[in-house]
Amino acid sequence: MARVVVDVMLKPEILDPQGQAVADALPRLGVTGVTSVRIGRRIELEFEGTPELATVNELADRLLANPVIEDYAVTMPPETEAA
Amino acid sequence: MRIGVVTFPGSLDDVDAARAVRYAGAEPVALWHADDNLHGVDAIILPGGFSYGDYLRCGAIARFAPVMESVADAARGGAPVLGICNGFQVLCEAHLLPGALTRNQHLHFRNRDQRLRIESTATAWTNAYDQDQEVLIPIKSGEGRYVADPATLDELEAAGRVVARYVGGNPNGSQRDIAGVANEAGNVVGLMPHPEHAIDTLTGPSTDGLGFFTSALKHLAGVSG
Repeated sequence: MARVVVDVMLKPEILDPQGQAVADALPRLGVTGVTSVRIGRRIELEFEGTPELATVNELADRLLANPVIEDYAVTMPPETEAA
Repeated sequence: MRIGVVTFPGSLDDVDAARAVRYAGAEPVALWHADDNLHGVDAIILPGGFSYGDYLRCGAIARFAPVMESVADAARGGAPVLGICNGFQVLCEAHLLPGALTRNQHLHFRNRDQRLRIESTATAWTNAYDQDQEVLIPIKSGEGRYVADPATLDELEAAGRVVARYVGGNPNGSQRDIAGVANEAGNVVGLMPHPEHAIDTLTGPSTDGLGFFTSALKHLAGVSG
């Protein structure tokens, strides 16, 4: 079994009002000096065998992310090799 | 004229859309998300709601519903297709319209009667309006902020593909106050507010929305005549 992680983030130029709301809340915790908060999504997929990276990229491009507004990165965490 | 209204799991406004079609003088045809054909309809409406729970992103999963293959083929073939609210999100996810709809800038769900200016009467869904006519139509959405890259926005404006703009306050932070856009051919239109809720003063703030549906009939009559 192999785990593949797809990290999806709004493109830098796309406004992230959720991140903004969190940034605005941080001073209530006494934390100042945070200049930006951006919120993304981590998607973990588990495959029976070792998946083709091209397949995962296609899934990310067509469904998991919307390339019009989001960037994505596909990674295979090394710990899954040992597990 | 037969106008299909697609019901996805989680669609809310399919019945109102069908009612609007009937008010406009056409026959509404119920289409199901799992249908593999369009039952011979002349035009298609993707209604508002929360298709497939709007999981992942609004419209992202609905875009891969079996019926969407036929809808995309029909859209590319020139059939009038109108996406309202969630339907607009589905059309953007399906790349039948440019851009995307994102979380409202102020993070609040916005539900109010909204003034719009009809900026293009050249589409299959707006030809019954006058240029720059102002209409009052309800909006109810949490993810209605239209975004696209500046080049796309410029192109849309230059080609007259901005169908409607918000007037009297932008309800969601949409770029350039955009409430609706059309594809290049003008047969596919997406609109965030709900014209199907403004066809009878008993149930809506105006009857201004009816024009979207009569436009499609006018367009179809012109095509076949």
